[in-house]
Amino acid sequence: MGNLIILDMCMCPCSQCHSHDAAQLGRKVAVVDYVEPSPRGTRWGLGGTCVNVGCIPKKLMHQAALLGGLIRDAPHYGWEVAQPVLHDWRKMAEAVQNHVKSLNWGHRVQLHDRKVKYFNVKAGFVDEHTVRGVAKGGKEILLSADHIVIATGGRPRYPAHIEGALEYGITSDDIFWLKESPGKTLVVGASYVALECAGFLTGIGLDTTVMMRSIPLRGFDQQMSSLVTEHMASHGTRFLRGCTPSQVRRLPDGQLQVTWEDRTTGKEGTGTFNTVLWAVGRAPDTRSLNLEKAGVDTSPNTQKILVDSREATSVPHIYAIGDVVEGRPELTPTAVMAGRLLAQRLFGGSSDLMDYDKVPTTVFTPLEYGCVGLSEEEAVSRHGQERVEVYHAHYKPLEFTVPGRDASQCYVKMVCLREPPQLVLGLHFLGPNAGEVTQGFALGIKCGASYVQVMQTVGIHPTCSEEIVKLRISKRSGLDPTVTGC
Amino acid sequence: RRRRLLGLIERSRVVIFSKSYCPHSTRVKELFSSLGAECYVLELDQVDDGAKIQEVLLEITNQKTVPNIFVNKVHVGGCDQTFQAYQSGLLQKLLQEDSAYDYDLIVIGGGSGGLSCAKEAAILGKKVMVLDFVVPSPQGTSWGLGGTCVNVGCIPKKLMHQAALLGQALHDSGKFGWEYNQQVKHNWETMTKAIQNHIRSLNFGYGLSLREKAVAYVNSYGEFVEHHKIKATNKKGQETYYTAAQFVIATGERPRYLGIQGDKEYCITSDDLFSLPYCPGKTLVVGASYVALECAGFLAGFGLDVTVMVRSILLRGFDQEMAEKVGSYMEQHGVKFLWKFIPVMVQQLEKGSPGKLKVLAKSTEGTETIEGVYNTVLLAIGRDSCTRKIGLEKIGVKINEKSGKIPVNDVEQTNVPYVYAVGDILEGKPELTPVAIQSGKLLARRLFGASLEKCDYINVPTTVFTPLEYGCCGLSEEKAIEVYKKENLEIYHTLFWPLEWTVAGRENNTCYAKIICNKFDHDRVLGFHILGPNAGEVTQGFAAAMKCGLTKQLLDDTIGIHPTCGEVFTTLEITKSSGLDITQKGC
Repeated sequence: MGNLIILDMCMCPCSQCHSHDAAQLGRKVAVVDYVEPSPRGTRWGLGGTCVNVGCIPKKLMHQAALLGGLIRDAPHYGWEVAQPVLHDWRKMAEAVQNHVKSLNWGHRVQLHDRKVKYFNVKAGFVDEHTVRGVAKGGKEILLSADHIVIATGGRPRYPAHIEGALEYGITSDDIFWLKESPGKTLVVGASYVALECAGFLTGIGLDTTVMMRSIPLRGFDQQMSSLVTEHMASHGTRFLRGCTPSQVRRLPDGQLQVTWEDRTTGKEGTGTFNTVLWAVGRAPDTRSLNLEKAGVDTSPNTQKILVDSREATSVPHIYAIGDVVEGRPELTPTAVMAGRLLAQRLFGGSSDLMDYDKVPTTVFTPLEYGCVGLSEEEAVSRHGQERVEVYHAHYKPLEFTVPGRDASQCYVKMVCLREPPQLVLGLHFLGPNAGEVTQGFALGIKCGASYVQVMQTVGIHPTCSEEIVKLRISKRSGLDPTVTGC
Repeated sequence: RRRRLLGLIERSRVVIFSKSYCPHSTRVKELFSSLGAECYVLELDQVDDGAKIQEVLLEITNQKTVPNIFVNKVHVGGCDQTFQAYQSGLLQKLLQEDSAYDYDLIVIGGGSGGLSCAKEAAILGKKVMVLDFVVPSPQGTSWGLGGTCVNVGCIPKKLMHQAALLGQALHDSGKFGWEYNQQVKHNWETMTKAIQNHIRSLNFGYGLSLREKAVAYVNSYGEFVEHHKIKATNKKGQETYYTAAQFVIATGERPRYLGIQGDKEYCITSDDLFSLPYCPGKTLVVGASYVALECAGFLAGFGLDVTVMVRSILLRGFDQEMAEKVGSYMEQHGVKFLWKFIPVMVQQLEKGSPGKLKVLAKSTEGTETIEGVYNTVLLAIGRDSCTRKIGLEKIGVKINEKSGKIPVNDVEQTNVPYVYAVGDILEGKPELTPVAIQSGKLLARRLFGASLEKCDYINVPTTVFTPLEYGCCGLSEEKAIEVYKKENLEIYHTLFWPLEWTVAGRENNTCYAKIICNKFDHDRVLGFHILGPNAGEVTQGFAAAMKCGLTKQLLDDTIGIHPTCGEVFTTLEITKSSGLDITQKGC
């Protein structure tokens, strides 16, 4: 019997680090990983969502779109770029896919180096200590271990009851692996995945429409979210708000005709697209695991696995981490850290628990949105309007001045307790390089930074992040938060 | 109590904080009575909260001892300072002139520090004047309101840096699927015009904001002529005199020249470069300061042939490991370095825009000399404080004779009590715009009673905008070893490969992150260093975290934002002392 089996339908980096750490702690570890092809037939290698169909290809395509903006800036800075400037999807996709493949290989080598046994089989529980794996050819193996970790992640959902959705639509599992340009695209959904995809598609010059039922970026600060979509709309992304699709048909010329209902007017609308991308949420991959045989409980609504603060499921020696777990932020670094801490608790004698509060994140929409801590709504609902002070500023990145870029949506706000020393509850930053800007402040907020301490920090000039240490105008004051001069 | 004290100082002509048994206090009291001045005397040994008052005085004046004397709101000091002021005539002047001054505050110099101080004082209801005058450079360049940062510093520098980064972005874009005619050229005139237009809009904005706040702005050269009195000379040579209760010197610095044959005639400095009406062509940059490396970096980024002549080391005062990496990246990207040489003569071979110059240089180590021909020679060997021609000797403000810098106490006060200084001219303080802005603003608030907060010069972050940016906060490795000893430190470091660089095919194992921790203080982070894209944006937040006492444990406990460069600091594992390999193989 081994010490640990890691179940990994689409192996996420979480289990990677986890398995490395466990193996480094001298344990016998096996990783079981299998990628069920998407309904469109897309499949990929080791490394999970993040590497193959998530953060990595997403950020690279976002970068491609940003470069398009920089090419437009360049003439203002003296670079003589001859028109026309065109974008070749195939060239970009191939470069991105080659990078991802090199990462797959790297992961494989690392597992081998750290003496982790790797099985490319589809797994399900037999009993609470045993897992049956079925390989592509149908060959079966049985594995047993003291501890089992479930890290099977989630996969994009298709909407039920919409005719043609599954036949003709694609998801984020497919978009990054398309060989040909998706062309005119309808993105259905308002999650960060939806907005990020729509953002880079628009950025590389494709006609892109986002159809959203209600609000963008549910769970994020709503003022920031509406600035994000406002920016996208002013940069060419079309929005169909308050609409839900009802049917997708393939026309004789191969185009897809989408019919939708406008829920405010009750009217029906139609449009034709080359591609329909569903980004309506993700579902955990737990059904095929036969969890009931091991006695692992899941949430009846979401099918996600229920765990305690030590990541243990209803069966004490079976654990779950990452996107498959109920109520956890679906973020790669969160999963990585949860996995690492779990390995250290299991075999390293540590007792450190994962802190799921104050997890920083960034949405890589064309104008990036970075945040950490509470949204303004959440702060107000927890502490009451009277006890919350929000400092904010509309600023203009220096780099925007020369090319005359519109900075209407470049905005930063810090949500604090009103009572001195004004503990920082949340930070929200909308602007270029938001991820880089947010990371360090996330630390400060974790240390329990107060507004006063942040204000005592000297700025780095000229950067966008210095706007955060110069926040002086509170929302309550009603003063104009536009930054002038430097 | 604090407010009561400030109110007392504000209202009274003379306040003496004294102790009834103190002989020095008695001497001072006698002095004032001999001058016929009415004094408010507070005997701290005879009031209940004397000790607490003394604490507050320490905060306000940085002086704990008695007697502690204020005359017309100006903190004169203790017994000795009061007698010195009496001997120099300052005390009599302070006593004489009450509201007779034209202004509450005159600020000399309209740069970042001076303007922030003036505006803040005006917000607090004071009558304020700003004198700003740009003496044209030897090449005849001059500019508008706002000082170095806006006109010939941070702003144009970062914009030219951005222009160079765009060149790199154009290069990368092909790999990301963008297609266009690859014959891309850079046009210096287009860029410079756009940047100068932006600067002019900033100049205009500064003028406007001074007017809005009712600060009197005079475009004249200010020079002290006697205590509390200044002479302002405008472009036409007309002289006007103004008086004020208090003064702030914020005159800043200007680039230094070599003092060799041909330097002022033919060389340019950063004062000239950003508004140069023609492309500088093949350029020799003399110096290894951050100004030198930043300028060399963006010029090379435009495709120009650039050589940097270095006397000894790069980026003196910065972490030397980082400085070396900055240099070697530049070297790999086309900048040539001439090590251990100094120019001895510059000759003009041809006039023109640009012309042709011959530079003769000699080795710092031997007798070797070399000759080179360049279109432009840019001097970036340091900056001199503008403190020697503003009449400071007339009122007895001390400067460091060697550096020209002004020593101040921790409330930015010079040895002459009513004269303060902010910005690059301060001795031993960082020469950075945000520092000047902060200290100027806090100074005004302290002077006019709104707060007691002092400017904190510790853990000031900064970024060098070389082609590969270098951001840092806290101590360099050398300084940390000097202060804490090597065995008490743990240094964590790693090389990293920004995701955007992978597909672009840019080199791995070039970007570098390093933190220096104090082993015996919970691995508290003493120094933070990053070499990589967007280093400025990355460093700012970490600087805020260092203000809150950042430790290695906290870095480990913080979740990274994926995929960014900043996240490398949350997964640092390898210590320098372990000697383990930090090169990255895959992602």
